[in-house]
Amino acid sequence: MDLFLPESGLVIWMLIAFLIVFFILAKVGWPMIMGAVEQRNAQISDSLLAAEEANNALAGIEQKRQETMAAAQAEQIKMMKESQELKTQLIEEAKAQARQEAEKIVADARLKIEKEQAEAMAEIKNEVIALSIEMAEKLLRRELDDKQSQADYIEQLLKNNPTRIEA
Amino acid sequence: MKHVLKHIILFLLVAWMSFAPTQVVAQDTEQPKEEKFDAKSFIFGHTGDSYCYHITEINGEPICVWLPVIVKCKDGGSWHCFSSKHVCELKDGETYNHNGANFYVSPISADKYPGKLVEVKADGSLSRPFDISFTKNAFGIFFVCIFMLAFFLPAAKMYKKNPTGKPNKYQGMVEWLTYMVLDGIIRPNIPEKQVKRFAPYLLTVFFFIFFANLFGLIPFFPFSANVTGNLSITVVLALLTYFFVNVFGNKHYWKDILWPDVPIFLKAFPLMPIIELISTITKPFALMVRLFANILAGHIVIMVLMALIFIIGGMYGAGMGGVMSIVSIFMTIFMTALELLVAYIQAYVFTILSSLFIGMAQQEPENE
Repeated sequence: MDLFLPESGLVIWMLIAFLIVFFILAKVGWPMIMGAVEQRNAQISDSLLAAEEANNALAGIEQKRQETMAAAQAEQIKMMKESQELKTQLIEEAKAQARQEAEKIVADARLKIEKEQAEAMAEIKNEVIALSIEMAEKLLRRELDDKQSQADYIEQLLKNNPTRIEA
Repeated sequence: MKHVLKHIILFLLVAWMSFAPTQVVAQDTEQPKEEKFDAKSFIFGHTGDSYCYHITEINGEPICVWLPVIVKCKDGGSWHCFSSKHVCELKDGETYNHNGANFYVSPISADKYPGKLVEVKADGSLSRPFDISFTKNAFGIFFVCIFMLAFFLPAAKMYKKNPTGKPNKYQGMVEWLTYMVLDGIIRPNIPEKQVKRFAPYLLTVFFFIFFANLFGLIPFFPFSANVTGNLSITVVLALLTYFFVNVFGNKHYWKDILWPDVPIFLKAFPLMPIIELISTITKPFALMVRLFANILAGHIVIMVLMALIFIIGGMYGAGMGGVMSIVSIFMTIFMTALELLVAYIQAYVFTILSSLFIGMAQQEPENE
């Protein structure tokens, strides 16, 4: 049947038209479209990669910053602790010095008191001695007169000067 | 609901209007002459090729685009080039004399050269000249080709100007169509290294078949040519696929054909090589027939549904014809919708099988 036989004229027209379109599109059509799409794909994936890298770098910087902050804080704490220690140490030292000083003063005072006491004792002794001698002198002088009056006189002496005798 | 109904009515009206010319033609030729409606001529007249582009008919005057007839007479005859107006308007028995040769277009119902231009020799014998007329189908081919260039080249130009810029909507559409074929059909079948080499041919084939199929479904002037439902077109496409498969086929492919891995008695007496060589031809042959038959069948079914109106009308009167026309239009809408699917499927099948055959000819031997 005629329907199933290719027509030479139409075959020629088809061949011409199709090949022209094929060569035009193969030259300036498809490669441009495919090339551009591939280029864009590459660009997009590159950009994504770059963005990821930038993100990573940013994360690194952030981490560094935090580390520095933490270090600074630790340093601060350490310094505060040290100064605190220094302060207590100073106070302790001052206290110790003060105590030493005080002890020294007290010791000096005691020494002085003891010395004065000794001096006072010596003085009292001397006075007692002098008093005794005086009394003995007066006694000796009155004894000669009267026995009764002698005893009264001693009594009177003692009454007049009780402190001196006690001491 | 009302909105949907409005659309359906509008669609039916448009569908009716697009088929109206064929009915007018048929009725005009049928009723005044009391002729019997010739379904065969009607169907094959619309699905086949023709020398003029019949648009419509107003008051019995045909409105046509007259395409050039270019023929070379047999036996050392001369070239003849004239408008198809002269041969298409001839009445029965008349011939057109051009520079000493007499031509007429054989009717579709004729046994010899139906629907073709024939030369009447001086002794009354008929001879078919070498015919490279720019027919309706040739026009259809060029229309599709020009449409493809107009559709894809501006996008390519935009891409060339700004390859990495943001594509606009038109570029997006082109990109989507291109990559639908590239990633969906070509890449799975062809080794990645060869994709760039064969993609242009396969893309061109896909879009040529796809647009030709779609345009064949639009039933008015610049479209409606049954391009892919014509064997002359599919034979060219199949030959090109044959060319791309075999000319670019690698050593391994040819070794598999001429000296396959089978027992020696199968290939020494060259049974297998012969079978393999025939198979290289049958593959594109199947491609050719599949595309041609699918599209032609779809067109014929639509035309039969239309012809049914006049057949029923002729048998049972105009009333039944009117009833039949409503039924026919619904069925035609269904068929046209189906043909839209077929338009894509056939383009897809042709391209996927072509890329499969090309890909098979590019296989590297497996390491064993």
